[in-house]
Amino acid sequence: MRFKRLDEMFGFGMLGLSALLVVLILCVIIFDISAKGLSVINWEFLSGFPREGMTKGGIFPAIVGTIFVTLITTLFSIPLGVCAAIYISEYTREGTLTGIIRAAIRNLAGVPSIVYGLFGVALFVQGFRFGTSVLSAGLTLGLLTLPWIIATSEEALRAVPQSYREGALALGATKWQSIYTNVLPHAIPGILTGSILGLSRAAGETAPILFTGVAFSLPALPGSVFDQFMALPYHLYILSTQHHAIEQVKPLAYGTALVLIVLVFVMNLTAMIFRYRLRKKFQV
Amino acid sequence: MKKFLYKNKIITKDLSLFFGEKQVLEKINLNIPEHKVTAIIGPSGCGKSTLLRCINRMNDLIESSHIEGNILLDGRNIYENGADVVNIRRKIGMVFQRPNPFPKSIYNNVVYGLKVKGLRDKKRNTEIVERSLKNSGLWEEVKERLNNSALALSGGQQQRLCIARALAVEPEVILMDEPTSALDPASTLKIEELMGKLKERYTIILVTHNMQQAARVSDFTGFLYLGRLIEFDETSRIFTNPKEKLTENYISGRFG
Ligand SMILES: Nc1ncnc2c1ncn2[C@@H]1O[C@H](COP(=O)(O)OP(=O)(O)OP(=O)(O)O)[C@@H](O)[C@H]1O
Ligand SMILES: [Mg+2]
Repeated sequence: MRFKRLDEMFGFGMLGLSALLVVLILCVIIFDISAKGLSVINWEFLSGFPREGMTKGGIFPAIVGTIFVTLITTLFSIPLGVCAAIYISEYTREGTLTGIIRAAIRNLAGVPSIVYGLFGVALFVQGFRFGTSVLSAGLTLGLLTLPWIIATSEEALRAVPQSYREGALALGATKWQSIYTNVLPHAIPGILTGSILGLSRAAGETAPILFTGVAFSLPALPGSVFDQFMALPYHLYILSTQHHAIEQVKPLAYGTALVLIVLVFVMNLTAMIFRYRLRKKFQV
Repeated sequence: MKKFLYKNKIITKDLSLFFGEKQVLEKINLNIPEHKVTAIIGPSGCGKSTLLRCINRMNDLIESSHIEGNILLDGRNIYENGADVVNIRRKIGMVFQRPNPFPKSIYNNVVYGLKVKGLRDKKRNTEIVERSLKNSGLWEEVKERLNNSALALSGGQQQRLCIARALAVEPEVILMDEPTSALDPASTLKIEELMGKLKERYTIILVTHNMQQAARVSDFTGFLYLGRLIEFDETSRIFTNPKEKLTENYISGRFG
């Protein structure tokens, strides 16, 4: 008995320690970036254009660009991904074909993001002649997030008890009615959380937008989806590796990183609030 | 099969069902008389639920299932090509073994079947909800809180809610799969009384493990064993004078 308890305490301790370590790492990252970047954050930094070879001024166009391109990604990948997930989980019969589709999706999630970038150039920039633009980049990021969205949506759909489907059908609902009124509402919190997590990853990607639409520096904000844009991750990349006065712009780089992190954090927070609200709503 | 002087609502003809390679029902021939309670009894795993789920085509959802034979509802094969499954399920309601209220309000549970049918007249729907809840004996307990979550009800109340939900669509047949197996004696009694009342308007098929229950509430009883219908007769005869040795052994509690 004594040994067993010791065993348990050891296991418990290890698990607790791992959790603590993860939180600690996160805190260190956030603390480090804040310490070095907070000093440059002010209204001009958030609302101004870069000036004097990016050594002064702000990152406004990069913030707008990232939000704009993420919006396109959202509009493209959430509807498509959720529909695909509904189809796979509710309408196909389990078999070799669904097995292959599922394996393909899983493998797609593992493809390096630079490959998506190249694919985006071939398909959207050249194939569809969208040029290097917000649209091309948004769609490329959409492809990158699709496997995420499909996988998490499918999981959320699967978690809805079979008795909700059977109960609805037994009352004379059509299949679509049972899905729409009785399955989807319970899967939506899970779908949204997974999707927004995927999107917030996409918002921080550099490689897929590199050849598809992001610009080093632009005099104006993008006016339409066919314009080029600036983006936070790329701006950060330039400031920290490509700039002629790296040491001088270091605080600006950290400031940019901080803004990017806050943006992603806000997205995740939105997901959490959404999820909480919807949970409450559908409990009745 | 013995002939009775009743109109048969449902007739199964050489009904066989397979899950993959495994045969679960073997050539079942069963006549379900209209406006009666017909009980299906038999040991666990003999195929009672499966048989019930054939009657409203619920086994369609199980991908490995494969069916042979016919089921006639008012003389029409519900498995014929092009049969309207949705319409069949509206005529043949079902109450499941475990109460399965939707995580919606009490009102929205009962009105669900009406809404999917396209009935949106609020006043009329509210009347139907009230009537259904009265018929299932739940009205007095919930009339003050129709907009509360159905999940907050007790197990017995949930099951009566599921019955009300099934009644609201005005089916002709109600399938009940061990509707009281998860309930306490008081709730069980309420539901048994309810069945006695409901048979005036509906045809009821009741799967039960509980032989006393079958004896109390049913008019006819079928004994199912390893996927075969061993015996079917008036309930009084099955329990007093079974013809088959297997039936006798089962109802006298020698196995099962
Ligand atoms: N989805 C399924 N896939 C494969 N086999 C199944 C499935 N559902 C039921 N079976 C099998 O079919 C047989 C009959 O099951 P069924 O649920 O009809 O029994 P039952 O008489 O209702 O039992 P119980 O009284 O325990 O509810 C069992 O052997 C069971 O294992
Ligand atoms: Mg059963």
